[in-house]
Amino acid sequence: MASRSLHPMPGLGPAAGTGAAAEPAPRAGGTGEAGRGAGPGRHPAPVWAGPGGEGPPETLAAPAPGYWQEAWRRLRKNPLAMAGLVVIALMVVAAVVGPILSPYGYEEQVLAEANQPPSAAHWFGTDHLGRDIFTRVLYGARISLAVGIMASLIGLTIGVTYGAIAGFYGGMVDNVMMRIIDVIYGLPFILYVVLLMVVLGPGLDNVFIALGAVYWTGMARIVRGEVLSLKQREFVLAARVMGVPPWRVVWRHLVPNAVGPILVTMTLLVPEAIFSEAFLSYLGLGVQAPIASWGVLAAEGNRALRAAPWALFFPAGFICLTMLAFNFLGDGLRDALDPRLR
Amino acid sequence: MQYAGQRLVVTVITLWAIATLTFFMMRAVPGGPFDAEKDLPPAVKANLEARYHLDWPVWRQYLDYLRRTAVWDLGPSFTYPNRTVNDIVADGFRVSAALGALAIGVALLAGIGVGVVAALYHGRWLDRTAMFAATLGISIPNFILSGLLIYVFAFHLRWLPAGLWGKPAQAVMPTLALAALPTAVIARLVRANMLEVLRQDFITVCHAKGLSPARVVFVHALRSAVLPVVTYLGPLAAGVLTGSFVVENIFAIPGLGKYFVQSVTNRDYSVIMGVTMFYSALLVVANVLVDVAYRLIDPRIRL
Repeated sequence: MASRSLHPMPGLGPAAGTGAAAEPAPRAGGTGEAGRGAGPGRHPAPVWAGPGGEGPPETLAAPAPGYWQEAWRRLRKNPLAMAGLVVIALMVVAAVVGPILSPYGYEEQVLAEANQPPSAAHWFGTDHLGRDIFTRVLYGARISLAVGIMASLIGLTIGVTYGAIAGFYGGMVDNVMMRIIDVIYGLPFILYVVLLMVVLGPGLDNVFIALGAVYWTGMARIVRGEVLSLKQREFVLAARVMGVPPWRVVWRHLVPNAVGPILVTMTLLVPEAIFSEAFLSYLGLGVQAPIASWGVLAAEGNRALRAAPWALFFPAGFICLTMLAFNFLGDGLRDALDPRLR
Repeated sequence: MQYAGQRLVVTVITLWAIATLTFFMMRAVPGGPFDAEKDLPPAVKANLEARYHLDWPVWRQYLDYLRRTAVWDLGPSFTYPNRTVNDIVADGFRVSAALGALAIGVALLAGIGVGVVAALYHGRWLDRTAMFAATLGISIPNFILSGLLIYVFAFHLRWLPAGLWGKPAQAVMPTLALAALPTAVIARLVRANMLEVLRQDFITVCHAKGLSPARVVFVHALRSAVLPVVTYLGPLAAGVLTGSFVVENIFAIPGLGKYFVQSVTNRDYSVIMGVTMFYSALLVVANVLVDVAYRLIDPRIRL
């Protein structure tokens, strides 16, 4: 299997789409053992198993740089990924402090100033109710980033647990668990998010839950593949021989060693979740007025396209910039953490 | 053959699981479908519920629902009492399928083309530009792209109509909006595969045999590089079909997506359930077909 589409597109999803959201990056061989080779086994056994006090005999060579130092060095040399990192950092700062600095409230309506183009007073113009779009975009950043991060954290928790169990036990358990994933993978994700939202009712918390409940299959596949190949390695055998209980082997030895691919998958999950939230908001199932995510703002902008096109342009720009930043960072991280895939 | 039988069993179980899941999810919605309407007289409400069998115990509703779904009777719409969900699905899907097929066709052609060119110019500016554009393509939600396209081509340049369905010109923008994301995904996929294939020994052999470079690339390399795209067709179809929900609404196209969005707004549960079942079944079956086709096309994978 190659990839899934999001959202809403995808993208988002995966389709979009996720679904609509579509999972952007094609990742070859997520499932098969053969596909991922030795996992991040290129770096020596985990740190805690490394040269402790007694350590290996002194050698003349300089100490080899650690996995993370090496990865960071590679990442720094990737201008697009670094640009992505900077943009994400700026977005987070803007989301946190921006609304405090803005002189307008995000739901402050001045009907006399409706549909004004960008000006010195209203940097991004005003919408059909005379609300300052700059302020609303900054508030929207809070909602959209929160959705992206929370949904990917929930997806992380479910996906890692599921994937680790499947990979660790292998055999029949693995077979059944992976068939279930195959089935879920082939379904129109976003429809189930919609269904969940209809059941749960609109609201920010429910958006987290609905997206998290659906976007964990990619993560589960990656983790399962990593665990499956890692568990063949000597340090795992050593741990088990020493009588470490299975759950501890998984959590202390297998999952930490799969952190690279997990991080990449998470980074790429964030834009997918933002994408899907925008889709839900478009259907009126996302966050409720007067709170507005970027998706809500873009949907409002779409409706007012003739009178106030800037109401679409600015939120659209922020959505695209953020998704681009996460996608570039994710691609860069993959190159940096997994040099074999270059 | 044993494989086919196994797949059939799994498919049937899957469809049953989907039907059960959607049924109980819709039961879990707080309040009945007619609670929203302003103070119906109790007698009217009782009549309505009787008509839709909502007065039956849940297990009986469930069995009835399973039986009807098995023979593909999706029931009446709650909002439009004189239409069945089957009508709505049949009506809307004709349009959605046409739009989806257009978008998938464009995405396959453009995506494979861009991917091959990028791979041939690996590392040079053409490759970089193409991959930058591809990342841009997966970063623009389709409803935003739709809005921007309408703004530029309908409002400003006045080249294309801003909506509706029927004339070829009306299909251009929705197709582009839907195809952008899959095009980008396919381009990245084909480029990566192509780079890998071009490094393999049999390509060297082709060159050594004196085949023209064009023949090596377009006949021998392309065939292996494009194969994995077949596995992406399932998710691709899912993405395009669900992606068209919003696009159909923006362009006022009378497809299934438009009905679905309406039914979400109206809380027309039987339509929401019916469309979900329809698309799920469609994609489950499509995925099985893709899988089988892939194994037939690629002799390296045995059934």
